[in-house]
Amino acid sequence: MIDKSYDVVIVGSGAGGGTAAQALAPLAEAGRSVLVLEQGARLGDAEFTGRELEMANRLYRDGGGFLTADGTMTLAFAETYGGSTVVYTGTSLIAPERVIRHWGVPGLAHADVAARSRRYADANNVHLLPAEEINDNNRLFVEGGKQAGYAVEQFPVNVKGCRGSSLCNLGCPNQAKQGTNRVQLPDAERRGVQVVTRAQVRRVLPDRTLEVHIAEKAPGSAGARSEWEPGDYRVRARAVVSAGGAIGSTALLLRSPIAPGLPRLGQGFTCHPALILAAEHDHPITNDVGHPKSYFVDRAESLGFVLETCMYFPFVTAKALTGFGPGHSAAMRAFQCLQMILVLACDRADDGNHVGVDRDGAPVVHYRFAPRTVSALVEGARASARIFFSAGAVRVFTPFAEPPVLERADAGNEEGRITAAHWEPGKVSVSAAHLMGGCAMGSSAGDSVTDGWGRVHGLPWLRIADASLFPDSLEINPYLTIMALADRTAEALRTDFASL
Amino acid sequence: MPIPPALTPIIRAVAETVTPETSGLNQAGWRTLQQTIDGAVATRPPRMQRQLALFLRAIQWLPLLRYGRPFTSLRPEIRRRFLSSLEDSPLLLVRRGFWGLRTLVLMGYYTQADVIGAIGYRADPRGWSRRR
Repeated sequence: MIDKSYDVVIVGSGAGGGTAAQALAPLAEAGRSVLVLEQGARLGDAEFTGRELEMANRLYRDGGGFLTADGTMTLAFAETYGGSTVVYTGTSLIAPERVIRHWGVPGLAHADVAARSRRYADANNVHLLPAEEINDNNRLFVEGGKQAGYAVEQFPVNVKGCRGSSLCNLGCPNQAKQGTNRVQLPDAERRGVQVVTRAQVRRVLPDRTLEVHIAEKAPGSAGARSEWEPGDYRVRARAVVSAGGAIGSTALLLRSPIAPGLPRLGQGFTCHPALILAAEHDHPITNDVGHPKSYFVDRAESLGFVLETCMYFPFVTAKALTGFGPGHSAAMRAFQCLQMILVLACDRADDGNHVGVDRDGAPVVHYRFAPRTVSALVEGARASARIFFSAGAVRVFTPFAEPPVLERADAGNEEGRITAAHWEPGKVSVSAAHLMGGCAMGSSAGDSVTDGWGRVHGLPWLRIADASLFPDSLEINPYLTIMALADRTAEALRTDFASL
Repeated sequence: MPIPPALTPIIRAVAETVTPETSGLNQAGWRTLQQTIDGAVATRPPRMQRQLALFLRAIQWLPLLRYGRPFTSLRPEIRRRFLSSLEDSPLLLVRRGFWGLRTLVLMGYYTQADVIGAIGYRADPRGWSRRR
């Protein structure tokens, strides 16, 4: 066991941890020691190959197939230098005012979240892509959406020098996406913050000691060796910032002997359960080239869903299509003709949906689909079918119909063909990548885990800076909001530091 | 832990039913499919690995009751009907077991370079410059 001591230790390096690292860099510049511990590896630029299975295994926990406890949904989150900012599509939206108001967190004003989000949008080069970089898959969504009567909006994205590889979700092979691995973390390191990768934090003890294990680099595996020698460490800290995401932070606190004072720890998990839907055109379209997610339709407030353009890789696409056998194979053979839409359900922080840990301390996510979540997925599937047909698709693949395909003749009868009667958990492929809640903000330990500045109730030296802070679903892509909240956490820590 | 060799013929029969094109795979293709599945299974907890082995055995022997033959000896149409009954089972455990097995087969097949080339997948790190 090796002992080390730091002023501030940040656990995690994604949207939350990377932002906190940069925002706490002034402490490092003032002579304080600031350390980031990241569980994943630091990959070299040449190691982003764009190959589906290889990159999924290099970047994602369980290769992107982390299952909920009852096995009915997969959760995708990254474990690497930069966390999930390495694998998202760069979509950057500011939280809606009504959502922050609904959260009702004392001291958390929408104006403050928006101002901080805008600052990070500027820092990470968030902008709208020009028309000439939009591919057919996105163009058809715009055309079909407008024709079907939906308000289609363009996503601001955080890319610089995008070549249109379409491989965002496998980590940009051209390093064009401006995640924390490209912006916040390198800046923090230049300013004296230390980052140690392959570092698994097992527990945080009440005396502010972290139990850390540094993993060996397996022979032949990708990524750099850890900056520390493999082995077990005890790291003392004056302050700890947990930024391991909704699952990582929550599980860390649950494993630690500090949980009994936090009865709400793990509760309020939401994740925007999502369906990948596809439709076939009678001619090839550009779908696997160009930025994959450039437009969206926001019906969160009225119908509880958001539609986004998307384009996935062959295995993920095959998994998302319902059924098997010759019909499934025929759809896959039409890959060049496929248009895709992602349906996100804006689920709610329901009792029972929570993050826990098993006997070994590994995270376990308990999630049941509430009727309104299923209803939102069905409504989203109907809207998607209308958009697909309006865009000229000849058939639409959907899990909520039997057989799971609508032909052109079904256009106009989406409501009759696509129904919740065909919803079967464990049969329909549902996945989620917007993992939220578990260490929610609020007023006191009776209703939450932290206050509105990420301070854990009763433990002033322990802070949270990630999406686990969300008291309920955000209803949009979460990264800018995570950065804004992490910035608040860091600001409060800078202010409080002398008293810790 | 790789899937026991005794279960390999069952996986192969399931693969040929889920994705009929797998019957056209050569020896190397099958080896790649099996290695991909083994690799994915190895990362899962031992309990899940045991469940998968049990599920494969159930797939092999349950048809004996209904069709008088084990799964690997059934005609393709009967295999398809049997797997559909698992996919639509009223028991969540069975539905999710089939979903998991189907996922492994699709992973083993649709990540092979020849296969994704054949379906027309052309994504390339060079992006637009490769197409225009």
